[in-house]
Amino acid sequence: MKKILVLLAHPKYEKSRANQVLIGAVKDLPGLTIRDLYELYPDFNIDIAAEQAALQAHDVVVWHHPIYWYSCPPLLKQWIDLVLEVGWAYGKGGEQLRGKFIFNAVTSGGSREVYQVDGRNRFTLRQFLAPFEQTAWLCHMRYLPPFAVQGTHRLKQDALEACGLAYRNVLQDLQVSDDQLPEKLANLDYLNDWQR
Amino acid sequence: MSGHFLENALVYLGAAVICVPVAKKLGLGSVLGYLLAGMIIGPYALGFIGEEGDDILHIAEFGVVIMLFLIGLELEPKAFWRMRKQVLGLGGWQLAVTTLLLWPLGMLLFNLHWTAALALALALGMSSTALVLQNMKEQGRMNTEAGKSAFAVLLFQDIAVIPILALLPLLASNPAVAAGSEAGWLAGLNGWAQAGLVLASIVGVVLAGRLVVGRVLQWVAATRIRELFVATALLLVVGVAVLMQAVGLSAALGAFLAGVVLANSAYRHELESDLDPFKGLLLGLFFMAVGASINFDLLQEAWMQVLLLVLGVMLVKGLILGSIGRFYRFGTDQNLVFAFGLMQVGEFAFVLLAFIGQLGLLGDQTLQLFTAVTALTMTLTPLFGLLNERILLPRLGTPEAVTEPDVPEEQHAVIIAGFGHFGSTVGRVLRANGVQATILDYDADQVELLRKMGFKVYYGDVTRVDLLELAGAEKAKIIISAIPNLETNLRLAEEIKKHYPHLRFFARARNRFDAYELMEHGVQQLYRETIDTSVRMGVEVLQALGHRAHSAHRTGQDFLRYDEAAMSHLALKKRDMKAYISSVRAAIAWQEEMLLADKEHSLSSHDHSWDSEAIRRNVLGDAPTN
Repeated sequence: MKKILVLLAHPKYEKSRANQVLIGAVKDLPGLTIRDLYELYPDFNIDIAAEQAALQAHDVVVWHHPIYWYSCPPLLKQWIDLVLEVGWAYGKGGEQLRGKFIFNAVTSGGSREVYQVDGRNRFTLRQFLAPFEQTAWLCHMRYLPPFAVQGTHRLKQDALEACGLAYRNVLQDLQVSDDQLPEKLANLDYLNDWQR
Repeated sequence: MSGHFLENALVYLGAAVICVPVAKKLGLGSVLGYLLAGMIIGPYALGFIGEEGDDILHIAEFGVVIMLFLIGLELEPKAFWRMRKQVLGLGGWQLAVTTLLLWPLGMLLFNLHWTAALALALALGMSSTALVLQNMKEQGRMNTEAGKSAFAVLLFQDIAVIPILALLPLLASNPAVAAGSEAGWLAGLNGWAQAGLVLASIVGVVLAGRLVVGRVLQWVAATRIRELFVATALLLVVGVAVLMQAVGLSAALGAFLAGVVLANSAYRHELESDLDPFKGLLLGLFFMAVGASINFDLLQEAWMQVLLLVLGVMLVKGLILGSIGRFYRFGTDQNLVFAFGLMQVGEFAFVLLAFIGQLGLLGDQTLQLFTAVTALTMTLTPLFGLLNERILLPRLGTPEAVTEPDVPEEQHAVIIAGFGHFGSTVGRVLRANGVQATILDYDADQVELLRKMGFKVYYGDVTRVDLLELAGAEKAKIIISAIPNLETNLRLAEEIKKHYPHLRFFARARNRFDAYELMEHGVQQLYRETIDTSVRMGVEVLQALGHRAHSAHRTGQDFLRYDEAAMSHLALKKRDMKAYISSVRAAIAWQEEMLLADKEHSLSSHDHSWDSEAIRRNVLGDAPTN
């Protein structure tokens, strides 16, 4: 069974209905570890060794964060800058992350409709996540489509809970997936749309 | 007295107001200032006062009574217990040996009865709490071996005064006199009844203190009329004093007892701060009366004798102190500071001598002689201190600098003055980043240790320009003062501005009051000791209570920023605070100002960042969310 590492990066988690529901829906899954980055490193002083050890111990990595200004909160970027070291994650001798699955699990105020080329945001979500996708590629990781809960401003409680359940199902299915999965999902825009 | 009351008050107050500030400016301390004032207005100089000397002394003695009440009140058994070894050891030996040596000398040289000589020896054994502690604080020596030991000895002497006061009447040939002019109806009772009554009074005071006084204070405090509380405090002390005198004990002793009983009361601080000004003023009056009573005619006639006595007593005391220091293995420097610091005869001697005089143990002439001797030893203390600093310490103490013959002199960019906890931590942070610093320290033991560990350390007073020169201030970029003492830092700031304007000065400040002073002298890099740690604790407490770590962290940073901004705003208010005489009252008023300012600023988490509620409301118009 694949072990999953959820890197939660939310600066105001206490005020986020959506993320609390999502995390609440998955935190008791066996074989799943959640690292709450803003709780672990309130002063941004990331313990690189600890993070690298956690990465090595898991097979699937989830960057779980809200979309702020088309990207992730600052601490996750700090994590990416500091933890993915040359010679460890990429570059000569940088093989530690090879083959691991990685994807973004995000929440956004904007709905799926606005995240279209002809929509208000002018780019798709997948396009905004290009830096993450390329980061994963450079580190020899297998990037999966994002799991997104969108239009959170208007989502009612029961809709949110349905999303939570969907998230849980996706993670459970990932745990028992095989290494051909990334190819199968290559044309998908959202992990939410994965038909099993 | 009523006829001359206003004139007398004018004379006394005027003399105090003029002489004491002058004395402080000259570095002589307030006690000497009052003595000087008394001498000047006394019968031998300006002659403004004369015969009422005795009456004034009686009133002023009340100052001594209040002082002992406050000593009892402030006595913290736990602190005393922690220091018991030094207090009993150092203090005990000092007083015991000094008394035992001076006692036979007194009998021999002055032909005194053994009781009188003993009383005299006990009085001369005292050192001056006011002078010594003030000096130690000013020189930043409170935390050195010398400072701590001096404090222990003085504490022992403070406490020893009580049994001595109890002992003296027993030495006197006429115990009835001990009760003062009002012997009361007790003189008629027999010995057993008297003893029983004394015991009953003591028990009465203790019980009253425990059970009744607290209620009374509470009742009065509830009226919220300030002066009533003050009146009650005074009533308390006066009441106990009268009771104790009536049964034949000294008023001071009784007051001490009452103080100890009330030490645990909730009103302790209130009592302290209300009685403090009375104590101060009345003690000042007491010292002035003592000064006025110094017989200059006698001094002129017997100046040789007086001089010899002064030098002799100081020498004996100094040698005893030095031997005790040697026995307890002080370093040479510390021992010299200790001995020279405490070798004078202190103000408690005035109190004891006055009492001895009342008891008739010593004649008038002898009393006046030794009062003068005491005053002179106190006057000479600063001079002897200077002698120690300039001549003895440089010769016998730790050398200023140790230069290796063939090692080139490296000039470091950073100088750290003071290498205690604070300074050494800064030094370590710098060293971990490859920055070596030159160290200046004033604690000889510390310096020896650091030199042994291979540090480049200069020993001496950091405010001396020649030492700064030696340490490379000319070529350095930054000087750090990790010394908590405000006066030292202010002086250092001045010297740097004058001689090394290129040098950036990073200064430690004990608290925000010190920080304001330093700010007003142009020091910009200020580091208050406790602000960062206490905010950090607050943040971590919030986290322990379940607040999100990052949100708590941000609120801590906001608080620090707000606090820094408030510093300059509240700095203006500080000038108003200077009007408060008691620092306790000033500190309380401070807190009030700060809390009020917090409220006005509505200091709470102003953090609107990542506020999805606000975004939601904006995006959806004012439509409510589900």
